[in-house]
Parts: sequence; C-alpha cells; structure tokens
Amino acid sequence: MSAVDLTQFHKTFFEESLEGLDAMEAALLALDSGSTDTELVHTIFRAAHSIKGGAATFGFTDVAAFTHVAESLLEEVRSERRAVEAELIELLLRSVDCLRAMLARSSSGQPVADAESEALRAELVRLVSGEADATAVVAAATVAAVSGWEIGFSALPHLLQTGNDPLRLFRELQQLGRLEVVRAFLLDGAPQLADLDPSSCHLGWELRLHGDVARGDIDAVFDWLDGDCELTIKPLQAASSGNAVAATPQQAPAVVQPEAPAAGRPVRETAVASSEGGTIRVGIDKVDALINMMGELVITQSMLSDIGENFQLSKLEHLRDGLAQLERTTRELQESVMRIRMLPIGSVFNRFPRLVRDLERKLGKQVRLELHGEHTELDKTVMEKIGDPLVHLVRNAIDHGLEMPAQRKAAGKPETGMLKLNAYHEGGNIVVQISDDGAGLNRDAIVAKAQQRGLIQAGQELSDADVAELIFQPGFSTAAQATDLSGRGVGMDVVRRNVRDLGGTVSVRSISGKGSTFTIALPLTLAIIDGLATAIGSERYIVPLISIVESLRLRPETVRKIAGGGEVFHFRDEYVPIMRLHRAFACADAVTDIEQGIVVVVEDDGRRVGLLVDDLLGQQQAVVKSLEAHYQRVQGISGATILSDGSVALIVDVSGVVRLGQRRKAA
Amino acid sequence: MAKILAVDDSASMRGMVAFTLRGAGHEVAEAENGQLALDVARGSSFDLVLADVNMPVMDGLAMVRELRTMDGYKGVPILMLTTESHTEKKMEGKAAGATGWLVKPFDPEQLLATVKRVLG
Repeated sequence: MSAVDLTQFHKTFFEESLEGLDAMEAALLALDSGSTDTELVHTIFRAAHSIKGGAATFGFTDVAAFTHVAESLLEEVRSERRAVEAELIELLLRSVDCLRAMLARSSSGQPVADAESEALRAELVRLVSGEADATAVVAAATVAAVSGWEIGFSALPHLLQTGNDPLRLFRELQQLGRLEVVRAFLLDGAPQLADLDPSSCHLGWELRLHGDVARGDIDAVFDWLDGDCELTIKPLQAASSGNAVAATPQQAPAVVQPEAPAAGRPVRETAVASSEGGTIRVGIDKVDALINMMGELVITQSMLSDIGENFQLSKLEHLRDGLAQLERTTRELQESVMRIRMLPIGSVFNRFPRLVRDLERKLGKQVRLELHGEHTELDKTVMEKIGDPLVHLVRNAIDHGLEMPAQRKAAGKPETGMLKLNAYHEGGNIVVQISDDGAGLNRDAIVAKAQQRGLIQAGQELSDADVAELIFQPGFSTAAQATDLSGRGVGMDVVRRNVRDLGGTVSVRSISGKGSTFTIALPLTLAIIDGLATAIGSERYIVPLISIVESLRLRPETVRKIAGGGEVFHFRDEYVPIMRLHRAFACADAVTDIEQGIVVVVEDDGRRVGLLVDDLLGQQQAVVKSLEAHYQRVQGISGATILSDGSVALIVDVSGVVRLGQRRKAA
Repeated sequence: MAKILAVDDSASMRGMVAFTLRGAGHEVAEAENGQLALDVARGSSFDLVLADVNMPVMDGLAMVRELRTMDGYKGVPILMLTTESHTEKKMEGKAAGATGWLVKPFDPEQLLATVKRVLG
C-alpha cells in the first residue's frame, strides 16, 4: 500500500470525468448533426483517454476496463481507420450514459460493473477490429543469471539534448552491481575542442558490470535511450560458458483479474459521505475581485481607526465619508462573495441537446433546439435543484406542445418545431423561459379534464389565465394516454412546488396554435432573502417578502371565531385562518388583541394564512443562517439572521406555518 | 530538493503528482496544458518536467518540441506521462525530445522512484 492517500483525489476525478463525459456527449451530438470538425473526434478521444488514465490510477478497474475498449474504438476513428457512422455515435452515446452510471456507483462505493455495462462493453469489444486485450499482455521477463555483463555504450551527439545524462546511467548501473569502466573514449568524428558544442556528446564507454544481474534490469536502465546511443550488451566472456542457457525462463505471471466485489459486502459509507460535500471551480477574476475589495476594506479600516484614535468634532465629515465608504465596500464585498457561488446556467442547459435528440427519435417529431443566455449565472444550489423541473418542462413541450410533422405542415407551419430555452437576469431575479411554437395549451381538453377531476364546476366562467392555472393543480395531466415520457405521475404541480421551494415562481403564457412559454423566475441566491421585519413582544421575526400578500389592521367585525378555538377573517372573498404567532412561538408581552396588532397575510401553494404580529418594523435584506446547523430544527422557523443591532431574529417558515394554520382551520 | 513542473489536463492526476512530489519535499508548479506550461516555464527554471501527452490547446509532444528550443530547457529532463505501453507510441515522445516516460497508471511510489532515478 502506498503512503500517499489517493482517496483525496477521488472527488476531483469524479468531477472532471463527469465534465469529460459532458464534453464527449456534446461532441458526439455535434458529429451526429453532421459536423465534420476533426477537433470533435479529438475531444471525444481525449475525454475517454483521461477517464481511463485516472480510473486506472485511482483503482476504479471496471471504469478503466470499459473506457479502455471505448478508447481503442475511438483511436480507430481518430486515425481514420473507422468512419463516423450513426450507429457508432449511438453506441458511444450509450457508453457515455453507462459511464455516468458507473462513476455514480463508484463514488457511492457500490459495485461498479453491472449486466448492462458488461453487455455494452462486449458490444464495443466486438466492434474493435482485432482487439487484443492490451491489459493482458505481460512481458515475460527473461531472467538469466550470469556473473556479469560487458556493455559497450556510445552516445549519439544529441544524447544530452534529450535530458539524459550518462552519469545517471552509471549511477543506476552501480546500484545493480560493481561497475568497472574499462575505457572511455572520444568517438570518431568528434569536433576539435574549439568547435565543441557543450550540448553535444561525443563520448563512448566500455563498461563491465560484475555480479548476478538480470539482463532485463540493464535494459531497464537504458530503456529511455533507444535511438540516442549505440548499445551492445554481452555476457562476460569468462562466465559465458552456457550456464545462462541452463537457467529456466521464469513463467510469465498469471494475469490477475480484478476481484469481483463479494455479494453482501457492506457499502463503504465513507465513500458515500465524501461524495456529498461538493466543490466549486471559481474563476480567477472572481477571486481577484474579492482580493481587491479586501484591500479597500483594509484601507477604509485604517482610515477609520486613524480618525477614532484622536477624534475631534472637526473630523466629523471625514468620519461620515469613511463610513459611507465602508458601507459601499461592504456591499461590494457581499456581492463578490455571493458571486463565488454563482455558476453559468450553461451546465444545466447542456443536457438538453441530448434529451431533445432522444425525444425526437422516440416520438417521431422534429425539433430545433435553441439555447440562449447560457452564461447567465445563478447560485449553485439553485442550479442543482432547477435541473429536474426544467427537464420536465422541456419534455412536456416536446411531448404535448409540439405537433407531429404532418400536423404542423397541415397547419401551415414548418415541419421542424422550435424549442427555445432562454436565461437572463431581471432585477434581483434570474428568469428562465422555455418556449415552443407548438399548438399551445388546449383549452377544451384542459377544461374537460378539470371537470372530470372535479377541479371546476361545469359551466364555470374561466379566463385564459384561470385555464393556464389549472395545469398546475395536483394530479393534472392532459395526455390522452400516459406516454412513456410525461405520464410518470409527476405533473406540473411538482414543477411548481420545486420552483417554490427555491423561492421562485412559474407561470405560463399560451396562444392557441402559436405555442406556449413557461417562465420561471428564481432568486439569485438562497443565502439572502428580502424580508419584512416584524415585532412580537420583545422579539423580532422576519417574514419573507415573496410570500406576503398584504398587511392590514383588522376591524373586529371581520373576525369570526370557529369551533375548536380558531379564528378566521374575511379577506378577498374567502375566510383566512389567523395564526397568532405570539402563541405559536410562545412570546411574552406580545399584543394579544387582534385590533391592536397587525395581520400579515402570507400565501403558500395557493393557501393563505394571516399572521398576527405586534408591529411592522420595515423591509430589510436578511442573510440566512441555518438554525439546524447551529441549534436544531424548529417547526415554523426556516432559519435565523442577525440584525443591525447585533440581535438575532428568526425567519418565519411560511409554508410550515401555512400548513399549521390550514390544519387548524380544517379541525 | 528539486523544482518540478507538472503538466496534465486532468486535475486529479495533476493533484496526485503534485501532492506526492511535494510530500517528498520537492517544489512543484502545475500547468493544465502545454501552452500554459510554456508560459510557466518561460518565467522560471525547472530541474524536471513531467507532462501528459493528450491535452487540449497544446499537447505534450508539441510542448516538448517547443520547450527544447527555449534557453535553459535544452538539457532539462522531461518525462512523458503516457498510457501507451507500445514502444512505437513511447518513441513519439522521444522523437519530440523527451528524456523518457512513465507509463500510466502509476502509483506514488513508482512516481517517486522514477523521479529519483532522473534526479539522483
């Protein structure tokens, strides 16, 4: 076992391998769409090659064996012995998927090869012409014991220029046995001293190496000098009386197959744990910006401490300037730090060309995918969680939105449908749009389905917006038959919930016959929220601004007591339960009279609750600190933040309290 | 202890090489392709260069050819880190001007042994 712990590089290996597979997939898709750029083939080869090298180094033998075969195949393509055909691309795309799965299993410590990967590997092997499994080739070292060797070694002039040094060779030979320099001589054709180039070598040696030295060991010393010298190696005369022949050549060591993981072996938990804490690659420009800002902060700090050391009233203006500068720098620093977590959305978009291609084939539709704004950056956590909802929307757009080529032609549209993904910043949000030029939402089908599901009454008046809203209702699906793609029991309601969990919104705009556009708006980061600070007794609570519908002082006549001790009030044609936060959070000295306090109406997933607080203190940005990490999970609280006076305020978990409030209403 | 330049586009391989060499007391600079390696090499001097063959932007062979034309690098040992066990492939590196090679996969001990072999 080696002294260096290689597991520390596993995470990097997995990350770069997945990136390599992404690049490989993108290049394969480009080849598939008819590109003849030879650099694409190199990119694909390089990715496979790197994964193979890393996998072998870090002991992922199954992955190494798989990529080895893929690489052999790619080598044939690279050296133009094999044409790039659709079938080959298909096979390599499947290999990409297979490798992704194998890497995922490796990183969680599960058995890596499975029936699928073995079958695919066999398929690759079949395709590789005359593949002799190179891993099985083990040179049979001929070991012949002798008493010594005669070595004639003449350097070619360029020997030194390859970085090889005769001294090194002698040193190595000395380690094998006793080295005797019989003669060192100037080679024929050596220039005169005045013309001698110090980087050229014109020397030769006659050497004797005494002792029981294997020929293979001497060859190993000279292995790098092939083509840089003239070399003769002969057994020493005196000892060459045939005993070398008598020595039996050693058997080539049997090739040891990688041990198959024993069934029932416990999965290594350490590997699972280490794959969780992700890393981020940060551009140097971002780090530099941070360092710049830090420099400014240090300057401002020293300026302020100068003023503070012997403060006079005349310096008040300076103090103000310094504080203004401090505020500015702090804000910039905050933005710079946040930017470190920001990654371009391109890494999510990149999976769509493949998805679209597969869907085209499966459904017999023609789709042109356009990606815009791939460089738009958003928070890493948001990015990881937005992938699935986006995939669902793209699937839906192709499955339900875009029509079959014949239908499109009949409608006077180009046979190839258009699907556009666009990302851009707007205010403090990032907006992602998925638009298609398909049939648009089918109003009649949606209404019929909604009636059948009991979501609406027959004959109910519905605006277009109301109809669009229906598709986000739980369990809604308009597909006449559940297709393989969209009918997986995951509906638009799940998409909306996922987006809401990220503090975002999703909406749809549709024009019949022209297409639909789904718009997702997300906050730039989850680390900072815009909140409304409220007072309850002597404590402060932050309510996320995005959830607030309205804040109002209630008149007593709008409040009703209901069975079970709950209270509701009349708000915009519905009865909304009142949640007395002072009671829920057990705050002393709070306002208990509803007319004296203020009710903040919040909404989550279409359900509303009125939160009773003493007073509103104003809007502010709150940096979210995890309560779980520092204390424990508290029901109705999503985190904590520190206020400007240094005290701690808790952030209300709106969906938690709404659930609590609704339960009370139902009770 | 020696100053070594490690060139590989794979961060894990580069990390492993650099970590192992630093652990043995060497000073290690890293570059992720041939072009960047040349930039690093120009501004400094090294006792040994370890370079991957297949890299984007500029591969290891082109890098060695270029390096051998630069002052201060004419006789510096350069080892190719190659996955090719075929002699023919290994000789490509030699033809470009490399000193020798180390065949991947290698473990930290093999790496240190080879480096010791070159540097003494």
